Amino acid sequence: MIETRAAAAEKRAETIHEILRGNEVTIVAHVPDGGHAALIARCEHDPAMQTVVLTTEEEGVALAAGAWLGGLRAVLLIQSSGVGNIINALSLTDSGKFPLLMIVTMRGEWGEQMAWQVPMGRATRSVLEAMGVMVYEAERDEDVAEIMEAGASLAFGSGLAVAVLISQRILGTKKFD
Amino acid sequence: MPHATNGRTATLHRRELVARMLAERGDMLVISGLGNPSWDLAAAGDNDLNFYDLGAMGSAAALGLGLALAQPSRRVLVITGDGELLMGIGTLATITGPRPKNLAIAVLDNEAYGETGLQPTHTAHGVDLAAIALASGFPIAQTARDEAEFTAALPLLRNAPGPVLVVLKIVAEKLKIVSPPRDAAYVKSRFRKALLGMP
Repeated sequence: MIETRAAAAEKRAETIHEILRGNEVTIVAHVPDGGHAALIARCEHDPAMQTVVLTTEEEGVALAAGAWLGGLRAVLLIQSSGVGNIINALSLTDSGKFPLLMIVTMRGEWGEQMAWQVPMGRATRSVLEAMGVMVYEAERDEDVAEIMEAGASLAFGSGLAVAVLISQRILGTKKFD
Repeated sequence: MPHATNGRTATLHRRELVARMLAERGDMLVISGLGNPSWDLAAAGDNDLNFYDLGAMGSAAALGLGLALAQPSRRVLVITGDGELLMGIGTLATITGPRPKNLAIAVLDNEAYGETGLQPTHTAHGVDLAAIALASGFPIAQTARDEAEFTAALPLLRNAPGPVLVVLKIVAEKLKIVSPPRDAAYVKSRFRKALLGMP
């Protein structure tokens, strides 16, 4: 069966939302993002979840640490470009050994047509790893659920910073024509 | 050009203000920003329900926001400096999305970067942090420049439905470092144990 891109995005959002619920994530910090749009909309309509729009991604790193101090679990939904904004904020996560779950939609890799996205897309994994974040990457839609489960388990079970990258190969490459 | 209320003409002293803010802290949860505000908080007395944000400059207010959302029945007080808040100034906009009533921010504003040699911050050139907070949607934001204004602001920080921001214009002074525990993982686990009963 050939699914449309939108239907696939909706299904993926449903899957991730269920996994977040199953892992007792109740605070969803995010920046506006096309790749995360369906998931954000789902979380906004979930009375068990509180969504917080950030002005810049590093706020979400601190917000997640504060939520954990207060006994709640948060997720941070960002884009690969935003990984560049969170580097120093990860000092808080690492020094305090706070769990941190991030879902990162990728730009600047698979078939990218906007060269400006490429530098940060190319550096996303190495920047995260340099700051001690465990990185999982989903390149196929059918792997997303398993990788998300493993990422959430690693973050909240072992108290680690974890990023799950979702490739443009899954999301669809933005067209500029 | 220096602002009329710069640190040289201020009369309030940071250590005394922080000690008085915390004198009747009750079950308040307290976050301090890096540098002097954390030394001030430690000088007022280390406490299991303090978390000292000793790095990640610009993150104290967002840390307080996350804590306030997780603990809506507890007062959360963020004590930070003007330079630290300026580095994450957008967080004032982020806070007014969820608008937690239990969040208060006290800004110790000496109009200088105290940890690096008292170079002037933007508030020395007239940037008004309370006005930015008001324009961002904080229901209460004001500046205290003397004893009477500080006394009037104290109950706002402790009890007023927030988010509240109070800028405290203080003397720019270099004081002895009073270090809190610098192991953030220990301080985090201690905080959670005291608040939640589990590290």
